[in-house]
Amino acid sequence: MKKLRFKRKHLSIPYLLFFIFFVILPLLLIVYYAFTDANGSFSFGNFVEFFGNRNKIRLLSVSAIIGALNTVLCILIGYPVAMILVNKKFVKSGIIVLLFIMPMWINFVLRTAATRDLLYAIGIEGGNYPYLTTMIGMVYNYLPFAILPLYSTMLKMDKNLIEASYDLGATKPQTFVKTILPMTKPGIISAAQMVFMPTMSSFVISDVMGERKIQLIGNSIQFNFDQMRWNEGSFIAFIMLSIIAILMFLTRNTTKVETVRGGVW
Amino acid sequence: MVKKILARSYLSLILIIMYAPIALLIVYSFTESTNIGTWSGFSFDLYRQMFANEEIMEALLNTILIAIASSVVSTILGTLGAIGIFYSRRRMKRVLNGITQIPVLNAEIVTAISLTILFVTLGITFNFITLLIGHVVLTIPFVVLSVMPKLQQLDPNMYEAALDLGATPSIALRKVIIPEVLPGVLSGFLLCITLSLDDYIITAFTRNNSFSTLSTYVYGVTAKRGALPPSLRALTTLITILMFIFLLLTNFRKAKAVKN
Repeated sequence: MKKLRFKRKHLSIPYLLFFIFFVILPLLLIVYYAFTDANGSFSFGNFVEFFGNRNKIRLLSVSAIIGALNTVLCILIGYPVAMILVNKKFVKSGIIVLLFIMPMWINFVLRTAATRDLLYAIGIEGGNYPYLTTMIGMVYNYLPFAILPLYSTMLKMDKNLIEASYDLGATKPQTFVKTILPMTKPGIISAAQMVFMPTMSSFVISDVMGERKIQLIGNSIQFNFDQMRWNEGSFIAFIMLSIIAILMFLTRNTTKVETVRGGVW
Repeated sequence: MVKKILARSYLSLILIIMYAPIALLIVYSFTESTNIGTWSGFSFDLYRQMFANEEIMEALLNTILIAIASSVVSTILGTLGAIGIFYSRRRMKRVLNGITQIPVLNAEIVTAISLTILFVTLGITFNFITLLIGHVVLTIPFVVLSVMPKLQQLDPNMYEAALDLGATPSIALRKVIIPEVLPGVLSGFLLCITLSLDDYIITAFTRNNSFSTLSTYVYGVTAKRGALPPSLRALTTLITILMFIFLLLTNFRKAKAVKN
């Protein structure tokens, strides 16, 4: 018998096994529960129940709108931040970037509660303006996730192309639209991926900031699991998975996550 | 010049807004007042209360414990995984890169409940190991994504040269590949620590209820519309100080690296 020789590619075997057991198998279980009833027999009951229920559809739409709004806000605020951070003329030390992610060391629940207390202190109460406070909480929490991919993409941007654009007579807005924006597109897409779905599915921020007056799709999944209604909960999770799959399919050619990460530490 | 001032003001403005809630907690950690907004004299009393509060101290310790344990596991498994993926054949490489993205793109709550379902289905009671697995799932892609660019920069001839000079593959791995990708490994590790410290959702769904971390503790006391317990302000100050010490050390290390 031939002795199995060590090859470098074998190093990924434990990694692959880990993913099969703890990432892929669990997701298959969600699909299983989504299409069975409480007795374990195959059923479209959850499907019919969800799409026939006006409240559920409304919940999904509100979550998607809040998710989209937060994505736009985070990118609008974060894009200039990332542009300034990569410009050596403005920011000399790479440490400033870290300032944007370090608050994560103070746990996100604690930060969100602190944000609520701050807004409370200046008279904006979640009880009165649940949508406003929830949106503020979302931007606070997800802004770093938008800045990071934008920053990493801009670091790799070829500055000569921008120079060339000016040399060829383009104005500043023209250069931005025709040169900088297309070059940073992978970063924008990655930022959107890091913000949209997590916002839609978050339940802690809406709970804490909106004082339970706002329900998002995440709240609904959590509630169903709290009540041990696995099948209903799994079906909503299955919808989230489908949305992610669709978004991944739509952006498959424009982005690679591996190219837009790292470079911070 | 005007542009520079404008750029820096924008950056400062965003940072000030971002840090405002934390700053508020820090300022009010030096008073006895239970309400934020009413100052009742300077005091270190909240710090004494914090250190005397066993629940908080235990949660803090648990948070650090799970962050370090999961980051170590993720870093080892992820670094080896990244090397393996990089040297796999094209199709396998695509599959492995694809599955690596799943936990990054998936909604955290979906990851969390999928693990809950798995553990319950297998009849496993929730314990430290289930929590550890949860945090590893959350963090491991970021190790791979940090190590991968370093592998791409690696000179492929070095490993071959080591083999030609008589090194066994495992020695060549340890002496050639690992040292070259070490910066990526380190940044992956730090990202793991950061994500693990920040996490609530995965923790809430994969832990044993008797094991509380800072996030589950804080959620427990604030979700029912309670203001933050005053002693947590002292804790925020403490973490912030640690954070800035770490930043200064990183700055120092980077400055030294530039010099050499």
